[in-house]
Amino acid sequence: MNQLQYFWPFIRLGLTDVWRHKTRSFLTMLGMVFGVGSVIAMLAVGEGASQQALDSIKRLGSQNIMVMSVKPTSAESGSTGAQRGSLAVYGLLYEDEDRIKETVPGVLLTVPARMTRRNARLGERQLELRVVETIPDWFEVVQRPVLAGRVLTEGDVRECANVCVLTEHGVRRLLAAEEMIGQRIRIASGVFEVIGIVKNETGGTVRAPDSEADGYIPISTGTRLFGEANIRYSAGGMEGEKVELGQIIVKMSDTDAVEPGSKAIEAVLSRFHKKRDFKIDVPLTLLKEAERTKRTYNIVLGAIAGISLLVGGIGIMNIMLASVTERTKEIGIRRAIGARRSRIVIQFLINTCVLSIGGGLVGLLVGVCIPMLITLFTGMITVIQPYSLFLAFGISAGIGIVFGLYPAMRAASLDPIEALRHE
Amino acid sequence: MPPRPRADEVVRLDDIKRHYTVGDEVVRALDGVSFTIRKGSYWAIMGPSGSGKSTMLNILGCLDRPSHGAYWLNSENVAEMDDDELSDHRLRNLGFVFQSFHLIPQLTVCENIEVPMLYLGLPQAERTRKAEILAERVGMSHRLRHLPSELSGGQRQRVAVARALANDPAVLLADEPTGNLDSATSVQIMGLFQELYEQGKTVILVTHEPDIATYAKSCVVLKDGRVQSLQGEGA
Repeated sequence: MNQLQYFWPFIRLGLTDVWRHKTRSFLTMLGMVFGVGSVIAMLAVGEGASQQALDSIKRLGSQNIMVMSVKPTSAESGSTGAQRGSLAVYGLLYEDEDRIKETVPGVLLTVPARMTRRNARLGERQLELRVVETIPDWFEVVQRPVLAGRVLTEGDVRECANVCVLTEHGVRRLLAAEEMIGQRIRIASGVFEVIGIVKNETGGTVRAPDSEADGYIPISTGTRLFGEANIRYSAGGMEGEKVELGQIIVKMSDTDAVEPGSKAIEAVLSRFHKKRDFKIDVPLTLLKEAERTKRTYNIVLGAIAGISLLVGGIGIMNIMLASVTERTKEIGIRRAIGARRSRIVIQFLINTCVLSIGGGLVGLLVGVCIPMLITLFTGMITVIQPYSLFLAFGISAGIGIVFGLYPAMRAASLDPIEALRHE
Repeated sequence: MPPRPRADEVVRLDDIKRHYTVGDEVVRALDGVSFTIRKGSYWAIMGPSGSGKSTMLNILGCLDRPSHGAYWLNSENVAEMDDDELSDHRLRNLGFVFQSFHLIPQLTVCENIEVPMLYLGLPQAERTRKAEILAERVGMSHRLRHLPSELSGGQRQRVAVARALANDPAVLLADEPTGNLDSATSVQIMGLFQELYEQGKTVILVTHEPDIATYAKSCVVLKDGRVQSLQGEGA
């Protein structure tokens, strides 16, 4: 309380001083306003972007390992000329799924899937659907809220039922306003009954196992109707490829098992696939990578914002140096009356802090508004974290002290006799 | 080492020297000054410009330290003090009145009077109360909320006197207090010092005007950094 009583006259003096030089103070504070504002805004934008990336990776499942078939590079599979008119056979096999299940420790589930693009139609409307031929466990591994109906069952697979589950997005384009469940749609050469609708994955920058308009059908039905070869006809003739399984999703018992699991899978598959026709994606690794990227991102953005704060601080220092010169006589008077040097330092520090904290408070407002405007106009997700507000405010007070110290020391080191004589 | 001053000697100077080096030359601004000032006396320090008057004022006012000698102010040797101790000494034992008033322009009359009490750490209520009493004493209580720029020269000097008295100092040190005032106002201000002297204050007046010096009861005349003559009760 006593301390406050001592400081208050100086705080008031600082405030009146700011008020007396309105234009000057305003321009000086502007540096702090933008400095603090940009720290908060940049952190919010960076946090938003990285959270979006992290979310989409998390949706892939941190316990999952994705094994995918890839077409081997031509050097390994022979010249493309020889391929013309022939069938390229590569990729993962059912055997691989069994091998993984039998040899890799800690495997909870394996889900085989085959993905092809096929035409789907309902009456007049048609749509290119990504058809995912899979088993019910898919929905266990890649979680999607069910909006209506049900997902695939073991029974569907056993009976090779002509049923399909659509994503919300596909449904809206194909079925429009009509009652969706129970509709019969044609996919390539087969007719399927729509039994369920699941939610689409929202946004996402990382490749997801399902996207946009997907249709899920039992893998057995797919094999019966479409076979395993995908043949395209082109001007030069026929080009085809036979891929038994497009991908295998392996769910591990816990996240700790993911890394050794992916190594074990790699080892098993490498033994049987001389041509490198598969690849392994580990969302957990992507997650860790994304977290690293996020940190780098934040550091870079923080550094840029920090530079603008530095510029603001230098502006304040400049003004305070001018103020010290201007108030040389006042300093002389105070020293003659009996103020210790430290009192003069405190007085000028308070004065600087009034400027920097004042600017910091306005900057806080600006910093909260900018991300909101960004979200409003670009739809980009921004996340203002409470710590960034405290950080920015702390920095502005800190800058007041750091950049105020030099002018204050200069003021205090003036010789009182000289200072009194100053006009 | 000369003896410590007696209890009634508020100022005691023993062989004070102050030398500056300007280039290769040593300037002897004060060259062995000794005198004592008793409590409750009224002194004038006189001398032409270049006599060492300003240096004397700075040393008496604890703004400068002598190169040699001992300066006892209120029984403490100022010559051996560091900057903080000198500041504290000025705060408690000295009240300055300057030729050009030296009020702080952005503070009101009341706030200006409060400044020394602020540094002494008095609480706000007590500062205001005392400032009002002091303003009353110098006849300025009707201008408490005014800024110095709104006052006449004589009024400003009254406020400066009130400020100098704020911490009840042992010595009131006035440097040409009427230098910037017309003769009528000068008489009023000198009357104020006379009153303070009669109330028991120790007043030291530094001036080059013989008319003003006559108000003092004792007088030191400096010349070329030495005491030329001492007159009055301290002699």
